[in-house]
Amino acid sequence: MDLKLPDIDYAALAPILVLFGASLVGVLVEAFIPRKRRHLTQLVLGLLALTGALVAVVLNAQDRVVTAGGAVAVDGPTLFLQGAIVVLAGMALMLIGERSVQRGGAFVAHAAVTVGSPEDQRQAADEGGATEVYPLTLFAVSGMLLFVAANDLLTMFIALEAFSLPLYLLCALARRRRLLSQESALKYFLLGSYASAFFLFGMALVYGFTVGAGGTGSGGGVDFGTIRTAVTDSAASEVLLFAGLALLSIGLLFKIAAAPFHVWTPDVYQGAPTPITGFMAACTKVAAFGGLLRVLHVAFSGASWDFTPVLGAIAVLTMLVGAILAVTQTDIKRLLAYSSVANAGYLLVGALVLSKDGLSSTMFYLVAYGFTVLAAFGVVTLVRDADGEATHLSRWAGLGRRSPLYAGLFTFLLLAFAGIPLTSGFTSKFAVFGAALDAGQSWLVIAGVLTSMILAFPYLRVVVMMWLSEPGESTPTVSLPGGLTAAALMIGVVATLVLGVAPAPLLDLANGAAEFVR
Amino acid sequence: MSLSPYVPIIGLFALAAFFALFSVAAARFAGPRRYNRAKLEAYECGIEPSPQPVGGGRFPIKFYLTAMLFIVFDIEIIFLYPWAVSFDMLGLFGFVEMVLFIVAVFVAYAYVWRRGGLDWD
Repeated sequence: MDLKLPDIDYAALAPILVLFGASLVGVLVEAFIPRKRRHLTQLVLGLLALTGALVAVVLNAQDRVVTAGGAVAVDGPTLFLQGAIVVLAGMALMLIGERSVQRGGAFVAHAAVTVGSPEDQRQAADEGGATEVYPLTLFAVSGMLLFVAANDLLTMFIALEAFSLPLYLLCALARRRRLLSQESALKYFLLGSYASAFFLFGMALVYGFTVGAGGTGSGGGVDFGTIRTAVTDSAASEVLLFAGLALLSIGLLFKIAAAPFHVWTPDVYQGAPTPITGFMAACTKVAAFGGLLRVLHVAFSGASWDFTPVLGAIAVLTMLVGAILAVTQTDIKRLLAYSSVANAGYLLVGALVLSKDGLSSTMFYLVAYGFTVLAAFGVVTLVRDADGEATHLSRWAGLGRRSPLYAGLFTFLLLAFAGIPLTSGFTSKFAVFGAALDAGQSWLVIAGVLTSMILAFPYLRVVVMMWLSEPGESTPTVSLPGGLTAAALMIGVVATLVLGVAPAPLLDLANGAAEFVR
Repeated sequence: MSLSPYVPIIGLFALAAFFALFSVAAARFAGPRRYNRAKLEAYECGIEPSPQPVGGGRFPIKFYLTAMLFIVFDIEIIFLYPWAVSFDMLGLFGFVEMVLFIVAVFVAYAYVWRRGGLDWD
C-alpha cells in the first residue's frame, strides 16, 4: 500500500511556523540563558518573531491556496486577519514586556508559591516576573494564526486548543491580586474546556450529517468543502446538521464572548494581568471571529436561512447584556469586559451578513476594535497606587486634573468605543451596520443602535468622573510609562484616530481580501 | 438494516437490569442489618481508609510535576507507535516530520531538565 503524502506549501504556512519555531526557541532560552538576561532576550526574540511573521504574511499577500492536504486555507481573509493578529500581538507584547511601571513587571516570578506566604511577599517585592510569558504568548499567537486559516473542523479544534491552553496559564500569572488571578484562570480553563467539548460533539454530529448526505458508500468528512457540498445538495434529514451547527457555534461563541456564553468574560478580564487582558480582548477576538466567519461563510452558508434568526437573536441578546450590565459596573476592567461583550454582538451582526460587504466590514471592525481596546488596557496599566493598579471606578474620579494627558487619551478611547465620529469606532460601526442594512437585517441594526446609546452612558460616566470631579486623597497617580507602553499606547491611539479620519486604505485592503477560497 | 443482531444485546441489557434491581431489592428484604463503625467509614477497597491530610490536603508539588512529565512523554510514545508500524510506507517524509516532532518534545525535555524538574529533592 502506498500512502499519498499531502502537498505542503511551506511558504504559505511560514507565519505560523516562524512563530511556533520562535516559541520553541523561547523555551530553550528559558532553559539555558541566565535569569538576568532572559527578559531582554525573550522580548527581542518575541518582537523579532512577530516582525518575521508579519513579513511572511505580507510576502504571501497574493496567495490564494489550500494546502497541507486541505487542512489549511491561505486566502484573503486568512492573510488579513493573520496580519491583524500579528500586529496586535506586537502591541500586546510591548505591554507585556513593560517593566519600568512596576518593579519586575506585571507578572509573578513563581506562580506555584502559596499566596500570602512570606516567600510570596518576598518575590512580589523584589523578583523579576516570569519570562515564560513570552513563549506562552508566542504559542498562543501561532495557534491563533492557524485558527483563522483552518479549513477543516479538526484542524480548527487543534488550533483552538493551541491558543487557549497558553491563555489559561497566562491568566494565572498576575503579580498583584494573586487569588483573583488564579480564580480567573481556573474559571476560564473549566468553562473553556467545557466549550471545547461542545465544539467536538458538534463536529461529530456534522460528520454524521455529511456521511448521511453522501448516500451509502461514500465517506463523510469535516473539511469545509465536504460540509458545504453536503449542506447545499443533501436531501437527508437536517436534524444532525442543525444540532451539530448549534453545538459548534456554542464552542465558538464562548471564545468570542457572546451572551449567554459570556459569563467568564468579566471575571477573567478582571483577574488576568492587564497586558494579558488586552491581548485576549484584541487578539483572541480577532482569531475567534476569523474562525466563526470561515465556518459560516464557507461551510454552512447553504443553511444561512436557518441559522441567521438564531444567531441574530444571540447577537441582540449579546448587545443588550453587554450594554445593560456595563452600566452597573464599578471596576474599569469589568466595564471594559462588558463593553467587549457588547462589541462581540456588533461583530456578530457583521458576521451574519454573508456577503463580501459583511465580511470586509467585520474584518475592519475587528482591527479597529483591537487597536482601541489594547490602548485602553494600556492606560489601565498606568493608573496605579501603592497596591498596584487602581481599577475601581471611584478611584478614577478627578484623574483629569491630576494627569490631563492620560485622562485625555482615555477619554478619546472611550469616545471611540461609544462610536463618536472621527474615531475608528464610528467608521467600523457604520460599515458593519451599513452592510447589515443592505442585507435586509434592519432589526439587528436597530438593536445595535439602541444598545450603542445605552452603552454610551457608562463610557460618558467615566469621562465625567475623570474631568468634573476634584481629585481626592485616594485618586491614584499615573505612572510614567516606559518606552514600550508609550509606544503601544501611541500606536493604538493613532490607529484609532487614523481609522476614524481616513479609513479608506484599510477598508480597501479589507475589501480586496474579502473572499474565501472554497 | 435489520435489528436482529441487536436482540441478544437487548436481552443481555434486560437481564443485567433485572439482576441489579433484584440484588438490591433482595438485600433489603433478606439481609440482616447490623451497623458498626466499619460500615460507616469510606470504602477504600477493603483496606483501612487513609486519614484525611491536615490543612486541606496539600502535598508536595513534585508528584504533580512527575505526573505532568509522564503525560508529555506518554503522548510522545503514543504518537510514535503508529508511525513505527507504517514507517516503510511513510518513507523519508514521515521520518523528517517525526524528527521535527521529537525535537519539539525534546525542547520541553531540555526545559524540564535545566529547571530541575528531574531532581526529586
